[in-house]
Amino acid sequence: MDEGSPSAKIPPASTDVLPFETALTRLEGIVQALEKGDLELEAALAAFEQGVALSRLCAAQLEVAERRIEVLVREGTGFVARPFAGSEDTD
Amino acid sequence: MVRRRPPPRVRKPPRSDCLPAQRVVTDFLPRALPERRIFTIAELLAGVRALLEESMGRLWLAGEVSNLRRASSGHLYFSLKDDAAQLRAVLFRADARRLPFELEDGLEVIAFGECSIYEARGDLQLLVRHVEPRGRGALQLAFEQLRARLEREGLFALSRKRPLPVFPRRVGLVTSASGAALRDVIEVSARRFPVTPLLLAPTRVQGDGAEYEIAAALGALAALPRGQEVDVILLVRGGGSLEDLQPFNSEVVARAIAGCPVPVVSGVGHETDLSIADLAADVRAPTPSAAAAAAFPDRSVLRDRCTRDLVRLCTAAERVIERAAARLGQRSEALARVAPVARVAAQRVRLEALAGALARTAHRHAERARSKLAAVAGRLDSLSPLAVLARGYAIVWKANVGSIVRRADECAPGDRLRLRLGEGELAATVEDTQEPVRPAAAGAESV
Repeated sequence: MDEGSPSAKIPPASTDVLPFETALTRLEGIVQALEKGDLELEAALAAFEQGVALSRLCAAQLEVAERRIEVLVREGTGFVARPFAGSEDTD
Repeated sequence: MVRRRPPPRVRKPPRSDCLPAQRVVTDFLPRALPERRIFTIAELLAGVRALLEESMGRLWLAGEVSNLRRASSGHLYFSLKDDAAQLRAVLFRADARRLPFELEDGLEVIAFGECSIYEARGDLQLLVRHVEPRGRGALQLAFEQLRARLEREGLFALSRKRPLPVFPRRVGLVTSASGAALRDVIEVSARRFPVTPLLLAPTRVQGDGAEYEIAAALGALAALPRGQEVDVILLVRGGGSLEDLQPFNSEVVARAIAGCPVPVVSGVGHETDLSIADLAADVRAPTPSAAAAAAFPDRSVLRDRCTRDLVRLCTAAERVIERAAARLGQRSEALARVAPVARVAAQRVRLEALAGALARTAHRHAERARSKLAAVAGRLDSLSPLAVLARGYAIVWKANVGSIVRRADECAPGDRLRLRLGEGELAATVEDTQEPVRPAAAGAESV
């Protein structure tokens, strides 16, 4: 079977640590490649499975258990981030 | 030892100070004044100066600045003129530094100071202590001058503006730890995108020297160690008077924004306030809430986008299978004509196995994706479907399968349906179905 038509540039399968933006861009690249329909079966299968993995990764990154708000505090000559207790709002 | 002489009579008796004009002329004739008094120039000028200071004191004077010269000492020398006259003036460095705006030629001003004599030249001059522009406030003028200067320098050029990250990993926030602006940003970001941590660099946002604190806070966020960096910074503050917003109209803050290695979103004051910080920022938002909305993506939109991508992925995969199946048929016929039977059979087995594998995975994922999409639609958390429903439309599901009904011929009499209305749901049973009026129905839709 012939490999690699021009649009068959599917990136390597490691998707563990991809930032959301990259994962989503890759996912949409794969969708377009598949929709174009010039991938061979084997490549299409690999692309599809990677697409599914990327889509899961993206979805997971959109969900977090808890909101993180921190505040920079001067410590010595530099700054460190500490959990922010809340606005000392008076009005 | 100096021989003491009796002190000279400096003044004539008081009466002679106000002689009639006739007598004054004769007084100056040498013979008429045996004991004439000879002044030094300095004495005369000192006398005039004393008279001036005594009789005029401190005063306000209106005029136009011209011939402005800045000496290397930092003192400003200029003339004040109007249509009829002009007067030399000097503004000493310490007083000049206190002016929020720049003195420049052609500026109409009101100057406060005292009239005096510059003895080395014998010039009358105004010692200026304070200057106000005429017709507009000093801060307004300072704003216009700084804006024009930084604009000429290219600090506000569009080519300098950097795009914001689509999906920020950590957002920096420069504002007061006790303001309403902080509360607004926390609220909006929590609603849109609680995934991204928010890092506050607290600072004063008004009062003397606040501009240096703001610049330092921007600097602290920009200098975070690797792994803790922020990829966008919000610089926000609630509304206030021009005086309150002054730090955001300072050159110090404008330069700190321009020198910041990550893009800065400004949200200062109300919609109508435009600050120097706004002009220098990569993105200008009208309010703190709007700044947060610009930096934090909307999670529900991204969720829907992921789901849509998954559905497209599955649909595309299914088409790949259909095409492969069609080609399989053609190819095996072609192979049969040219190749040994055994090889044809082997190829065929391999292709079928592959197609089968792909088909199984694709169908499995497609089903999952579709139910997820249905759930998204069912949640109705994006605004537009809600708005449509509120106008009197309904979404119809088959109660047993959970699929959305789009065509009458998907139902048969007796089918149980679920209807989602603008408010609430209904359960219903199909009594009758009617074909659409158009001649031919389109092929089955995929989703």
